[in-house]
Amino acid sequence: MIEIHGLTKSFGPKHVLRGIDLSVVRGESLVVIGGSGTGKSVLLKCILGLNAPDGGSIVIDGKPATGHAGASEREEFLSKFGMLFQGAALFDSLTVWQNVAFRLLRGANRKPRAEARAIALEKLKRVGLGPDVADLYPAELSGGMQKRVGLARAIAADPQVIFFDEPTTGLDPIMAGVINELIRSIVTEMGATAITITHDMTSVRAIADKVAMLHDGVLRWQGPVAEIDTTDDPYIQQFIHGRAEGPIEALR
Amino acid sequence: MIARLLAFIGRSVLSGLAGAGKVTLFAIEAVSHLVRPPFYGREFLSALLQIGWLSLPVVGLTAIFTGAALALQIYAGGARFSAESVVPSIVAIGMTRELGPVLGGLMVAARVASSIAAEIGTMKVTEQIDALVTLSTDPLKYLVAPRLLAAVISVPLLVGVGDVIGVMGGWLVGVERLNFNSATYIRNTWQYLETWDVMSGILKGAAFGFIVALMGCYYGMNSGRGAQGVGRATKTAVVAASILILAANYVLTEVFFSK
Ligand SMILES: Nc1ncnc2c1ncn2[C@@H]1O[C@H](COP(=O)(O)OP(=O)(O)OP(=O)(O)O)[C@@H](O)[C@H]1O
Ligand SMILES: [Mg+2]
Repeated sequence: MIEIHGLTKSFGPKHVLRGIDLSVVRGESLVVIGGSGTGKSVLLKCILGLNAPDGGSIVIDGKPATGHAGASEREEFLSKFGMLFQGAALFDSLTVWQNVAFRLLRGANRKPRAEARAIALEKLKRVGLGPDVADLYPAELSGGMQKRVGLARAIAADPQVIFFDEPTTGLDPIMAGVINELIRSIVTEMGATAITITHDMTSVRAIADKVAMLHDGVLRWQGPVAEIDTTDDPYIQQFIHGRAEGPIEALR
Repeated sequence: MIARLLAFIGRSVLSGLAGAGKVTLFAIEAVSHLVRPPFYGREFLSALLQIGWLSLPVVGLTAIFTGAALALQIYAGGARFSAESVVPSIVAIGMTRELGPVLGGLMVAARVASSIAAEIGTMKVTEQIDALVTLSTDPLKYLVAPRLLAAVISVPLLVGVGDVIGVMGGWLVGVERLNFNSATYIRNTWQYLETWDVMSGILKGAAFGFIVALMGCYYGMNSGRGAQGVGRATKTAVVAASILILAANYVLTEVFFSK
């Protein structure tokens, strides 16, 4: 479904991604872990074409993800995706429900306003937000609430591929549990393909089929979630136990 | 030393040309979205409200004080040739041809270019632009094209309103302070004012509106990272819009009026 080979990306002299090889099959849930600033968010943005990769190839459903012939082809490509941004990235000129229903209100498969609102309310409910927040503006919400609205927006049009950039950061443990379950059920019930970035090991165990660890611009380790506790890879061991000593330097 | 200076000049010229090229390409692409569906009517209407309607007080106040001061100056200047009677017509010609569009344009640049640049720049640094793209919406079509169209339509209207208010400012001073007869003042205003005086100013307004929205959008979309980036984008947008308005005003005046 998603095939990445030798992906590289630099910002000026800073080599963030130095050759990523990754494949995710349809209906699989991959969790990417890795230290802060190692380029996890950049990886997702490269797949979506928001950051132009410097080298390597990204193939999605057999078609290259970059270099679309026209605007409509690119739109078609993007319509398969949903993305939760690390900072939520809600449109602050629109109300919460209009944010969630953004895609439903525009474009080729536009829905009537009442129907779009009903879908938005249903998605908000799935992320634990009641109808009372629907008509508020993003600036009136707490950080964790904004994150959940961003999540509702990402899943609103039932995309086939969903990227979650730190979905549970800033949430209380109970709400984090709700979100973990939601992501898991989107993958198992709707058959969506998901790539999730997280620092939270509880989330990793709840969400992942497969885990990949990004370090120093490459994927140091990848394997089934069950193996993260049994592997003797020192990087994984240091990361999941949160030790200060180990091969991963604290100064980055 | 000299070589370094030359190199510096060369670099500045090159980067200036590259910048101009980028703005031009940006403008062409944004305008091309105006003729290709889908169209975002809601965004257009809200831009019209922001750029046009809400700028009325600023433009009106600018015009009335300018018209009033102009009347005093022309009276004082005219008195040197015993030609005080030219006040109504010169105020009208000066307002409609030059001061209405230029000062109106500059005020709109201060108000609108800054707010567009700050809004789009903030959207850029908070990844809202990226989010638009992932929701299959082209930011140029959704954010830029409606603002360009709204500015090109509403700034000429603002100039028209400013003309009327500016002439009224002159009339107020003329009647209250300079002892003109009200009916005579109004008659003189009409008698010597030509359609082209008004039309040329309104055409200038359309060009200035385009400049204002383009600069706001361009610098907003290319904003640097963080609050500092947005601050710089806002400042640059206002400065660039103001300078371009003054330069375009000279060029258009040459085109319209040089013999
Ligand atoms: N637009 C950009 N311009 C310059 N540098 C960038 C840009 N985007 C990201 N970077 C750099 O790329 C590196 C990776 O950033 P990224 O946001 O992917 O980190 P991350 O792994 O998601 O970290 P975190 O877990 O803290 O979110 C950082 O060092 C950052 O400074
Ligand atoms: Mg990140």
